[in-house]
Amino acid sequence: MRAARAVALLAASLAVVACQSKKPEAEAPAKAAAAPAPASDKVLVGHVGSMTGSEATFGQSTDNGIKLAIEQWNAKGGIKGKNITLRTYDSQGKPEEAAVAATRLIVNDKVNLLLGEVASSRSLAMAPVADGNATPMITPSSTNPRVTKDKDKVRPFVFRVCFIDPFQGTVMAKFARNDLKVDRVAILRDVGNDYSMGLADYFLAKFKELGGTIVDDQSYKAGDQDFKAQLTAIKNKNPQAIYVPGYYTDVALIARQARELGMKQPLLGGDGWDSSKLFEIGGKAIEGSFFSNHYSPDDPSPRIQEFVTAYKARFGGVPDGLAAQGYDAAMVGFDAMNRAADGSGTAIRDAIAATKGYPGVTGIITIDANHDAVKPAVVLEVKDGKSSYVTTVAP
Amino acid sequence: MTGRAGLVLRSIAPFVAALPVLWLVQGVLPSYHSFVFINIAVNVILAVSLNVVNGFTGQFSIGHAAFMAVGAYTAALVTTGMETFQVMGLPPVASDAVVFFVALVAGMAMASLAGLLVGIPSLRLRGDYLAIVTLGFGEIIRVIIENTRVLGQATGISGLPAYTNVVWAGMGVVATVVMARRLLLSTQGRALLAIREDEVAAEAMGVDTVGWKVRAFVISAAFAGLAGALLVHKIQLVTPRMFTFVKSMEVVVMVVLGGMGSITGSIVAATLLTVALESLQAADQYRMVIFSMLLIVLMLTRPSGIFGTREIWDAMPRWTRRRPGGRAT
Amino acid sequence: MTEFLQHVVNGVSLGTIYALIALGYTMVYGVLKLINFAHGDVYMAAAFAGFYIATALGVRDHPTIGKALAVLVGSMAAAGALGWAIERFAYRPLRNRPRLATLITAIGISFLLEYGFQLPSLQAQGRTFEEVLRGWGWAVPGWLHSLVGVLPSTFPPGPTPRFFPEPFTRIDWTVLGGVHVSNYDVVSFLVAVGFMLLLQWIVYRTRFGTAMRAVSFDPRVAGLMGIPVNRVISATFVLGSVLAAVAALLVAGSRPRIDPIMGLMPGLKAFVAAVFGGIGNVPGAMLGGIVLGLAEEMVAGYTVSSFRDGIAFAMLILVLIVRPEGLLGRPTVEKV
Repeated sequence: MRAARAVALLAASLAVVACQSKKPEAEAPAKAAAAPAPASDKVLVGHVGSMTGSEATFGQSTDNGIKLAIEQWNAKGGIKGKNITLRTYDSQGKPEEAAVAATRLIVNDKVNLLLGEVASSRSLAMAPVADGNATPMITPSSTNPRVTKDKDKVRPFVFRVCFIDPFQGTVMAKFARNDLKVDRVAILRDVGNDYSMGLADYFLAKFKELGGTIVDDQSYKAGDQDFKAQLTAIKNKNPQAIYVPGYYTDVALIARQARELGMKQPLLGGDGWDSSKLFEIGGKAIEGSFFSNHYSPDDPSPRIQEFVTAYKARFGGVPDGLAAQGYDAAMVGFDAMNRAADGSGTAIRDAIAATKGYPGVTGIITIDANHDAVKPAVVLEVKDGKSSYVTTVAP
Repeated sequence: MTGRAGLVLRSIAPFVAALPVLWLVQGVLPSYHSFVFINIAVNVILAVSLNVVNGFTGQFSIGHAAFMAVGAYTAALVTTGMETFQVMGLPPVASDAVVFFVALVAGMAMASLAGLLVGIPSLRLRGDYLAIVTLGFGEIIRVIIENTRVLGQATGISGLPAYTNVVWAGMGVVATVVMARRLLLSTQGRALLAIREDEVAAEAMGVDTVGWKVRAFVISAAFAGLAGALLVHKIQLVTPRMFTFVKSMEVVVMVVLGGMGSITGSIVAATLLTVALESLQAADQYRMVIFSMLLIVLMLTRPSGIFGTREIWDAMPRWTRRRPGGRAT
Repeated sequence: MTEFLQHVVNGVSLGTIYALIALGYTMVYGVLKLINFAHGDVYMAAAFAGFYIATALGVRDHPTIGKALAVLVGSMAAAGALGWAIERFAYRPLRNRPRLATLITAIGISFLLEYGFQLPSLQAQGRTFEEVLRGWGWAVPGWLHSLVGVLPSTFPPGPTPRFFPEPFTRIDWTVLGGVHVSNYDVVSFLVAVGFMLLLQWIVYRTRFGTAMRAVSFDPRVAGLMGIPVNRVISATFVLGSVLAAVAALLVAGSRPRIDPIMGLMPGLKAFVAAVFGGIGNVPGAMLGGIVLGLAEEMVAGYTVSSFRDGIAFAMLILVLIVRPEGLLGRPTVEKV
């Protein structure tokens, strides 16, 4: 009885608040849109990344790529004579932290450009902040279509320099069906990772459409030590190839354990594989597998080799795909800022949207009407402890 | 102020008093600070509500994030489902508020159902075994979400309306604190404390230990659900990654650091830790290292939590105390 | 049938990992009634200690039995020292305080190790220790060049996973018409059983074990009876941490990816296994680990693999509801 009354009371008082509380929030975007009008002598760039936590390796790689891009621009004299400064905030791999960090960068620090995040789930938390405050945001590696597109409406200030899930999943399905000529493929996906789920879903749809059969669809969780249960089940279905669209951190172990179970099928994957650690940890087990990527590190073109050399000299290790994407996201942003009419958010936004044929490390980048990067994908084969070029698939 | 009327008044008064204050705060705070304020509010709600189980009742739950998830997803489904819904005769703003209120209540209801589900095994289990059950429940919820298409699997649900603001979050805190305070001072609260101090003795005295433990779980879960619902309508996104084991542990840390059973302690600890994490952003990669050292040092210097089982006014110098002699609870 | 047997082999192999970590958990719990949340991170630190020693010795290119032993002993020593330090500085000051206070310092230590190991090393920042020293105005003598700076320059390994070199050569056998077993599985299992028996012997057959049980029963009275309580507890921690090091090396040897948060999930699962088997009970930890491993394996192999953790935990909850004291735990009678 008393409890019921308490609940009613609570409800009533909350309802009172509810009725009038919406207003200030609605005003916020309008107020903020006018805000960024920087007149300072430096350009401030914000990066939200998972610098700590279970995905720290991705966040720190991206941050390194961005740092390198900034140092190179500053060495050339900066953007329109202004030095670029980077401010990185940690998201700990949590969407809520990413949203707070993005707000802090935009509202408090008044950055001219926001970069980040690796994972789509965190970019999705940042995108409304960027849009609401009219600050351009480029995500280096969030592949979910919804990051740049909110319910059929393109987010005005959000861009990306990577592939989207449908493209990469489709590319690999085409490659498996047309080039490898396999009929029976099993899927092993990371159930906790939207990137992996997205790639697997689109691969599955396209592969079936092309007349192939998906014999098994298993999943794992990032950080697992043991994948033999799923692999044993897959082995029993006898596929000709296994699609594993995860990150190299897990794929290397998956490859090893598949070989230990006597499975000889090639593994297929996406750009999450791109790291020298894959070859180091995977060793012989990963040989003969294929993955789609933005570029081939053994591509002799100078812009790629220069990047690899510079990165090695600065950070003492071979850049992985995330470092390259972070570098490109920053580079595309700076290039746009250099072209932009003034330092306002809308001007930079328009300049980014007009990016056409920018020669990035991860390919020639053109931003399309959906704010996605259009660039061809290459398929690489793992051979002798490194990746080697097989074919290019145009979008 | 005695009797029923006094009680009702004392329950309403905080809401009435807080409303204009929050309003003012809402108008004054820049959007980054109000974001941090909402984060603090969410953590306070979580800590105070977990305190009902861990602090008042002395049970050890490490699956609070699961209830948060249930509340968050339920509310998200309600608001996305009712986005085009318009309450007749109300302006759109008020109509949205009604929708959000319904979503919050729905989230709390579903979370309390989940609390009931976890509370029932606590019939037989004690201490670390109960901890395992709550931990396992948290994992199960996450696995279910990741495997349900309607809930968006790993991607979650994005594009939620941004309903949560300082006023909503602040009112959520007031509601939680009033609930905890009223509970603690009531007969029911005494029963919970009796269970914490000595379960066997409490049972011998005729306290329905099982019933109260389950009720504590249900109440605590409902408010965790509220926190979850508020949070996701600020960041406009709900994904399973937000409700991991680590999140549960963070809340446990707040409760223990604040002092088991101390409501003000939970509030202070939740605020302190949230602000500390936020201000440590400047420390770059050293952020979490400094944070963990802070945690260890705080615990070593104040082993019973900041306030122990007391409230903030008991810890203040004698002349500021409201009640001479302090309180035993 | 082959598939089923393979699942059994896999499950036991996975369960052995849980069991090895759970043994350390259960030892500490048995004496202190403390959930040592940092145990999984001691396991991680031990793996990295092994990694650094192995790198220094060049195990990767020229593995020998002698080097493998050196890695093992070095890693055990490092883990033992770490365990001792954690107990001495983070747990002992809170010994007579509420049990949950120690839990929080345990979480703090766990965070500290995880995030500390994720920091970028000097090398990853593009500097060496020698340069830093020189920057402070300290000259490094010529003969010290090769020694100074290898560890300090590369120490916090950073978040990127590392490759752990195989301490001994892997051999895969195919038995019973297609079931794959490796020597790592066999060695790990035998080591786990061996340690279980050893611990059982220590606890029930030695003076130290008697002291441990006395401390576990009542530390105050044990102290009054002349048992050096602090020393017994320290020794238990060292023992538990050394076990974690053994587990770490066996796991890292066969699954050669190590990173700073590798201890988080196995630590959690091992905790579950320990409780499942009856926490504080040595054979229980072993049994709990194997049962958990098999359960996960069968769920993933025969039902939907994305429900792996969910179903494993659901089963666990069911078992606990039927047997609240764990599989081998003794029901405690509440005395008033």
